[in-house]
Amino acid sequence: MEPSAKYLYYPGCSLKGTGIAYEESLLTTFRLLELPIQELPDWNCCGATTYMSVSETSATLLAARNLALARRTGSRDLLAPCNACYLTLRKSQELVAHYPQIAQETERFLEQAGLPRLDSVRVRHPLEVLYNDVGIERLRELTVRRLQGVRMASYYGCQAVRPYGEVDDPHNPTRMDEILRAVGVEVVDYSLKTKCCGGSHTGTIHDVGVRLNYILLKEAMRRGAQAIVTICPLCQFNLDAYQAEIRKQTGEPMDMPILYLTQVVGWALGGEFRELGLHRAISGRKPVEQWFTAKKEAETYV
Amino acid sequence: MERQIRYQREADLEWAHKFTKHPNCERLLLCIQCGTCSGTCPLSVYMDLTPRQVMAMVREGFRDDVLRSKTIWLCASCYACSVECPQNIKITDIMYRLKREAIQSNLYPKRFPIPVLAQEFCELVRRRGRNSEFWVVFRMAFRSNPFVLLTMARTGWDLWRTGRLSLRMERIQRVNELQYISAASKEVD
Amino acid sequence: MSEQKNGQVRIGVYVCHCGANIADTVDVKAVAEYAATLPGVVVARDYKYMCSDPGQELVQEDIRNLNVNRVVVAACSPSLHENTFRGAAERAGLNPFFVQMVNIREHDSWVHSDREAATEKAKDLVRAAVRRVYFHKPLEKRRVPIHSEVLVVGGGIAGIHAALTVADSGKKVYLVEREPTIGGHMAQYDKTFPTLDCAACILTPKMSAVKAHPNITLWTYSEVVSVDGSVGDYKVVVKRKPRYVREDLCVGCLQCIDTCVFKEPKFDDEFNMGLSKRKPIYIPFPQATPKVVVIDPEACIQLKTGKCKKSCLEACVERGAIDFDQKESYEEIHVGSIIIATGFQTFDPRRMPQYGYGKYPNVYTTLEVERLVNASGPTGGQVVTRDGRVPKSVGIILCVGSRDENTNRWCSRVCCMTSLKLAHLIKEHTGAEVFIFYIDMRAAGKGYEEFYQRVLNEGVHFVRGRVAEITDWALDPSEEGKLVARVEDTNTGFVRRIPLDMVVLAVGLEPQADALNVQRLFGISCSLDGFFLEKHPKLAPAPTYTDGIFIAGVCHGPKDIPDTVMQAGYAAAEAIALADTGYFELEPNTAYIVEEECSGCKSCIPLCPYQAITFNDGKQKAFINEVLCKGCGTCVAACPSGSIKQNLFEDEEIFSEIEGVLAYAQ
Repeated sequence: MEPSAKYLYYPGCSLKGTGIAYEESLLTTFRLLELPIQELPDWNCCGATTYMSVSETSATLLAARNLALARRTGSRDLLAPCNACYLTLRKSQELVAHYPQIAQETERFLEQAGLPRLDSVRVRHPLEVLYNDVGIERLRELTVRRLQGVRMASYYGCQAVRPYGEVDDPHNPTRMDEILRAVGVEVVDYSLKTKCCGGSHTGTIHDVGVRLNYILLKEAMRRGAQAIVTICPLCQFNLDAYQAEIRKQTGEPMDMPILYLTQVVGWALGGEFRELGLHRAISGRKPVEQWFTAKKEAETYV
Repeated sequence: MERQIRYQREADLEWAHKFTKHPNCERLLLCIQCGTCSGTCPLSVYMDLTPRQVMAMVREGFRDDVLRSKTIWLCASCYACSVECPQNIKITDIMYRLKREAIQSNLYPKRFPIPVLAQEFCELVRRRGRNSEFWVVFRMAFRSNPFVLLTMARTGWDLWRTGRLSLRMERIQRVNELQYISAASKEVD
Repeated sequence: MSEQKNGQVRIGVYVCHCGANIADTVDVKAVAEYAATLPGVVVARDYKYMCSDPGQELVQEDIRNLNVNRVVVAACSPSLHENTFRGAAERAGLNPFFVQMVNIREHDSWVHSDREAATEKAKDLVRAAVRRVYFHKPLEKRRVPIHSEVLVVGGGIAGIHAALTVADSGKKVYLVEREPTIGGHMAQYDKTFPTLDCAACILTPKMSAVKAHPNITLWTYSEVVSVDGSVGDYKVVVKRKPRYVREDLCVGCLQCIDTCVFKEPKFDDEFNMGLSKRKPIYIPFPQATPKVVVIDPEACIQLKTGKCKKSCLEACVERGAIDFDQKESYEEIHVGSIIIATGFQTFDPRRMPQYGYGKYPNVYTTLEVERLVNASGPTGGQVVTRDGRVPKSVGIILCVGSRDENTNRWCSRVCCMTSLKLAHLIKEHTGAEVFIFYIDMRAAGKGYEEFYQRVLNEGVHFVRGRVAEITDWALDPSEEGKLVARVEDTNTGFVRRIPLDMVVLAVGLEPQADALNVQRLFGISCSLDGFFLEKHPKLAPAPTYTDGIFIAGVCHGPKDIPDTVMQAGYAAAEAIALADTGYFELEPNTAYIVEEECSGCKSCIPLCPYQAITFNDGKQKAFINEVLCKGCGTCVAACPSGSIKQNLFEDEEIFSEIEGVLAYAQ
């Protein structure tokens, strides 16, 4: 089958629920960039970190099913916006490539399920798609409005950059910083940019999870950031959803907007408030409304 | 007064030996106990055993201590340890393997929310191919500590009013393909 | 010298047990018995240790009593004992090249486990050797004269010591150093462990001795650019970079530096690791040898633009030492052996971003701190941070760029002791709380463990744990404005956050950046880690595989000053021995041309890697210089008329060996 130029969009379980704003802003941004994107039909849960804790083989097969479905549609690029989904899909590729027993099980499963073999499907992440496929220069050209004087901290999270440093450098990633600057945002120096947000721990060992996020939020404020920009729905949720609780516990003022990269970029490219999911912010609603209700300053770059 | 000594007959060396033969766990023998993993781990301050101690105990065959610990469940899989380890040991993958063994051998802490969540999550995915964020948390809370739902009321409300709370029970279309996943061999040993 | 009795070839075969090494796998008795049946063999023996004196005696007796005139020894690798048996034969009056060794250890018993098959293989190999040795000719070892002059490359403590030792033996030495002064890294240290001797105080006398020594020609600010020839006969070209100052006229009064148009120094002072500035005209440090200023062409206005007041010229008007028209010059020297002592560079800690070097101003390397504590350093010996404060807490992190799969795998050997030393000095200078973060504390040398005890007793904190990161984000008011080390203290079992005013990274030692170029220039090898390769790691750590070239100091591998001096002495001794012997014996396995058959096609001449073949215009034939020929065999194989042959590898010898091995197939 001829590989098509479309990006196959893999939402994962978060982007239809708590991370719906990511989906909205992603699709809007891709539309504005004229990148063809289509949802992977009948995708299944990737298993994330959880399934790997129960069975390695089954976890690989779960992920592999998605890769096989992608292969079936003929597209070569499977776009996984969620950091955990991205890593899980990538990891299953590595496991199949390096461990013959797992490769064997995978082949057997695909055969039984009537799915095509996995080959040459590339797992992508929006950060590196924007950086590699679109490019800084092009983003700069296409920017129609800038956020004047707003300082943001870029937060990469962990699983996109570790352990495979393909989306960005594991120690000191800078691609999101570059993209944000290209669309006119002032980026602060944020040393916690790859510190773990605790992932699903906020739901299980709540206090521990909340404290991890408190540290991230506090340091961003100390650095003078007015917002944090993320690329993972779970990071966004963790940083967004518990600020009221933190305010109550610590007595410290905290109301920081947590935005998706695709929301900021989408807005700079001309996207609208609601279509970018900006109305779904829990914390920092006021500044979000202020910044993103466009007085359309069509400042284009020469 | 509890007596803390470990006799060598308690050390399961065969298990330790088999462990280091598993893909991803091979470099464990090279651990020089430098402690970088614990130093960089954001959760280490909450753990009963630090990641470094877990590595030492696995190597020496102290299976029970490790599989009963909360440590392995606290691992958030952020991979910071694996990236920093000067011996390139895949610590995160070792943690995953220990989690799997803890469940299989039924030694995991039964009322600790994290393994409970893991099992609920997998149950849903096994049957339906997708999980529903709300239902997973609900079922997990029900099984481990129902009161946690009360503390999450505010969050639930925030999610609801911003349109981010989906109560749908998700499911894929071709559910029959899932049976082959469950039937797959349990552990590649 | 009975080589042949009645022109008859009489072969003796000796099969070694090598204890159990060969005998456990190969039935040596059966091989000897078999050998006795071969044509030409008059005696075949097996013995437990052929290389021993009684073993060699066996061979010698048979040469004397049985008129054996060809010897086959089936034992270990010739690289170990070929010379042993050749020597034994020679002492019994037989030409040593009538001896052929067969390797039935590394090539047989050590790589096979099937006894029957291994024994058969040994028999095949012996049969081949017996057939070959029949055709051996008596050859003479060539002697190559050794020029007694020695070149030492690199003027650190290794090069200095080697040069002095060779010069003291009466030989002439050229010491070439690429910096404007000798002294190397040792000149940068403050005190040396474990005695806390002042580094400059023990080094500068040696530096003066070098300058004063009648047998040493010291060329600083110079580099080797080409090396030709082989052992005993190296022609080396040295480029002398222009200092723009006449070395023979400058007396080191330093007036020119004072009068330089730059009132304030503006350029990074390399000797002080960039912690202070210097002027375009400078001397690296007060005891620089030779005490001659140097002008940096990248910084000097006159050299860059041609438009300067040149107040330096005025200051030196009497002696007229400054010469802006000075050009680089080349010197060609002729030496018999070369000692390479080019030293090391330190690991660039920017490769480990988690420690914040370059990002946070108060993160230093150990080399930078050496300069801080040194009384003639950038701060006059005051240990202060870059923002001028005296630190109250200092952390020293070990293994930065060592013992790490992600950077350098090896242990850099000296950092543990360096850290102990700096901890002691910092505490002495500032009274601060000093923390050493380590994985192991390696203190193996003489007096080293005692020094560790001393520092322990001074109350330095030893935290066993590799620091995960240095950050400036504060979790606690006590951490504000400090650099925090997050580390698992494996001694107490706690994960700790320790706020520090100053962080010192104990950076590892690496080969110089241009090590590969130097390797190619001199024709030596590097080991996997990039340091120069020794001939044998245990028994010959200074010679290399290239005869006449020796290595000394950290360019061979990380080591401390005592070991460096020892190795430099070893290399010097080897060079002296070579020069005193006066000659070097080369294998006579050279190629030679059968003149009648040479057609003068010249195909061979460009092929020779050693340029040993020239064309004799008078005779219209090619000519091989035996002295330069290394016996690589390229011309032998390439000659279209087959008129080039090689000693020890004649056609009959090779073919008979092949036939011998394949005879089983007939």
